[in-house]
Amino acid sequence: MDLFVNAIVAGILLGAFYASVSVGLSITFGQLDIVNIAHPAFVIVGSYIAWILNSRYGLDPVLVGILAAPIFFVVGVLIYRIYYLAFERTGQESLSGLAFFFGVMFIIEVVLILVYGVDYRLVSAGYLGKNIDLGFVGLPLRLVVPFVVASVMTAAVWFYLSRTFTGRAILAVAQDRLALQLMGADPVKIKQFAFGLAIATTSIAGALLIIIGPVEPSLGRVYIGRAFAIVVLGGMGSIPGMVIAALLIGVVESFVSSFAGPSWAPAVAFGALLITLAVRPSGLFGRT
Amino acid sequence: MFRNRGDVVFWIVLGAVLLAGFAVTQTIANEYYYTAIYAILQATIMAVAWNILGGFTGYVNFGSAAFFAIGAYTAVALDKWLGLPLPLLIAASAAVCGLMGLGVGYLTLRLKGVYFAIATLAMAIVLETFINNWDYVGAAKGVYILTPEKVPFFSSYIQMLFMVMLVLTLGSIAISRYLNASRIGRGLAAIRDDELAAECAGVPTLRLKLVSTTVMGAMMGVAGAPYPFFVTFVDPISAFNLFVAVNAIAMPMIGGTAHWIGPVVGALLIGGAQEAITVTISSELNVLVVGIMLVLFITLAPQGIVGLVQKWTKRRKA
Amino acid sequence: MSAPILKVSGVSKRFGGFTALDGIELELGASERLGLIGPNGSGKTTLINCISGALTNDSGSIVFEGEDITRLPPHKRAARGVARSFQIPKPFRSMTVLENLRVPLEFAARQRTERRRIDADAMEVLELIGLKGRANDSSAGLTQVDMRKLELARALAAKPKLLVSDEAMAGLSSAEVDEILEILLALNARGVAVIMIEHIMRAVMGFAQRLVVLDAGRKIADGTPEDIIRSPDVERAYLGE
Repeated sequence: MDLFVNAIVAGILLGAFYASVSVGLSITFGQLDIVNIAHPAFVIVGSYIAWILNSRYGLDPVLVGILAAPIFFVVGVLIYRIYYLAFERTGQESLSGLAFFFGVMFIIEVVLILVYGVDYRLVSAGYLGKNIDLGFVGLPLRLVVPFVVASVMTAAVWFYLSRTFTGRAILAVAQDRLALQLMGADPVKIKQFAFGLAIATTSIAGALLIIIGPVEPSLGRVYIGRAFAIVVLGGMGSIPGMVIAALLIGVVESFVSSFAGPSWAPAVAFGALLITLAVRPSGLFGRT
Repeated sequence: MFRNRGDVVFWIVLGAVLLAGFAVTQTIANEYYYTAIYAILQATIMAVAWNILGGFTGYVNFGSAAFFAIGAYTAVALDKWLGLPLPLLIAASAAVCGLMGLGVGYLTLRLKGVYFAIATLAMAIVLETFINNWDYVGAAKGVYILTPEKVPFFSSYIQMLFMVMLVLTLGSIAISRYLNASRIGRGLAAIRDDELAAECAGVPTLRLKLVSTTVMGAMMGVAGAPYPFFVTFVDPISAFNLFVAVNAIAMPMIGGTAHWIGPVVGALLIGGAQEAITVTISSELNVLVVGIMLVLFITLAPQGIVGLVQKWTKRRKA
Repeated sequence: MSAPILKVSGVSKRFGGFTALDGIELELGASERLGLIGPNGSGKTTLINCISGALTNDSGSIVFEGEDITRLPPHKRAARGVARSFQIPKPFRSMTVLENLRVPLEFAARQRTERRRIDADAMEVLELIGLKGRANDSSAGLTQVDMRKLELARALAAKPKLLVSDEAMAGLSSAEVDEILEILLALNARGVAVIMIEHIMRAVMGFAQRLVVLDAGRKIADGTPEDIIRSPDVERAYLGE
């Protein structure tokens, strides 16, 4: 019983973190149909930046994540411009674009290996190693802090997208370019902004990742399946749907890990992705 | 087979390469060369295989290298269970992976381009997870393969593997060339250019796509079957290595995807460069090189080297 | 009329909550020229998608030459002689104009074509269409009107018994419209039934022996062009109350 409850709790805490990883992809892939398969690689970069500044200057990783976010935003804008010039303008998006991001993902991973090697890196912070004891279940702070930050960030992004003008323009540009242009907004600038925003979230998500556990360059790969599974399962554009999907995947993975062994965990997300694509590509909550 | 002059030239070149390869094994003993060229041959088969589904048919997929790994593990499992000789292991891998290609194709080909690509990646990871947990073939720890001391005709086992690989490579290229120029190839090109228009023009798109995935799967399996005997130690990480997967994609995309010779050009160029870099600088760096070249070519020269050459010759004619 | 070549019975198609087609009944005789008209969004393209197989209707049946083809995939219908051209041309961009025609000849028209004659047959179609001089040009760089012609040429190369032409003349000049009309009439003279979807009234009026009018997914009129022009229902559909 104890194991059961712990598995659920760990699953929920992790699930919230997964949502923070996937929210950026929900924008780029879910809204803009840009298959940024390198998204998790950016998260890993975020983790490494958190590690560097944490080990060098003792800065709290979450703080680093927030401070680095503007830089990530700019990088995101730059990458989108390249993608736009090379692919969207010529109409070759989907497949060449996908290969493009595949190459980018590769370059990121290899550069990290070349510069920092394949060793695991971790951060140190006051709250790591401590638990909140609720009697029947222990909540490790290394999961709780990311849970809180992830929830705040995801909520903030969702709020932004649904309440502000630019945010709603982002939602609109996916559905009706022409109407947007007629309203005086430049679709390209909006997509650029959206992409930058998505990459900015990876800065924070990366910081959270390295709080949860040690990070090495190839860790991003398993998150490809998780993030895409979550975005597709949750219904391509829907952030609330994405959150529910993230929690679901977190809990199921947690159960599989506890009862079948952690080496089976990757199969959960990827398996879920396959099944969703086969049965209901619009996800649980999405637009058809 | 000998319909025109192009065919004659092709088969003569093929025969010459085969004979040259054999001659080399009888004269050069330094094992390094065989190891290096084996790697390039393996990459060539994989590039040619990927291109059948990715280039000819236009279904870019990221999971095809998983068939390579399954081919390798099929050979491992059958070798352990029945001790079959290498040619039979290769045939078995071809059959298993071809069937898998058929099955996976049937499940995923109804998905649109991007979803298909993601689904193939997901499938590859799921397969890797299964192998990771299958104790009979060593699971995550890996498995050692014993290779015989003496082989007939050749002075070392590596030389024999090299010849086997050479034959398999030339065979794959011949099959790919045949497909490219045949009615099936034209149907695949139509599917690639516009699937709905192709269907309405009478092309049985589902059937041809399944042929494509089956051939690709079988070819990848064939590339994988000798692999355990080449490296003598196989584990899921090395067999499902993402680097191997990227090569299979990058080489055709850099060489040119529409023509059968594209992946060959890409494999020889990139493979050769990689060997050179590994020897002179480091092996991680050549992974970076592949990534950068892939990105550069996709953004600047999506038609690949073959496409550039075609454009250049057209301009000279005009 | 003698046995109709195409019989559409009770065909309905819904997309989510939206009913695109509602119980369509239609008959077409062999070699007949039918015009399919109606306001935008009335379901014309959906109907021909159902006829050609790109979509499957939710209910009803489509019978071609006495055979129920409702469940057949598009390529099998093409093999049986149902051809369509697309409103927005979809050429095989990596191929030349001639190679574009090889595809339907080698696939849809396979049973009706000798292997040795494929290129010759393709050239014949190009001659009829007026694209013979562009045979070896890349199909990706054609002008608008040439792309429309190629679109029709590809449908012709399938050696169909029924051709559905979806707004082949939209946006063309008057002379170009006449060119396309001539091609369709020549084709019909060879015994091919034609369904023409068009908004250019003079083309439809001049071409069609019979008109079928759709509005909001329903057939509201079916008769000769003269009758249709005078029908108050049709006027209402186009102009409103």
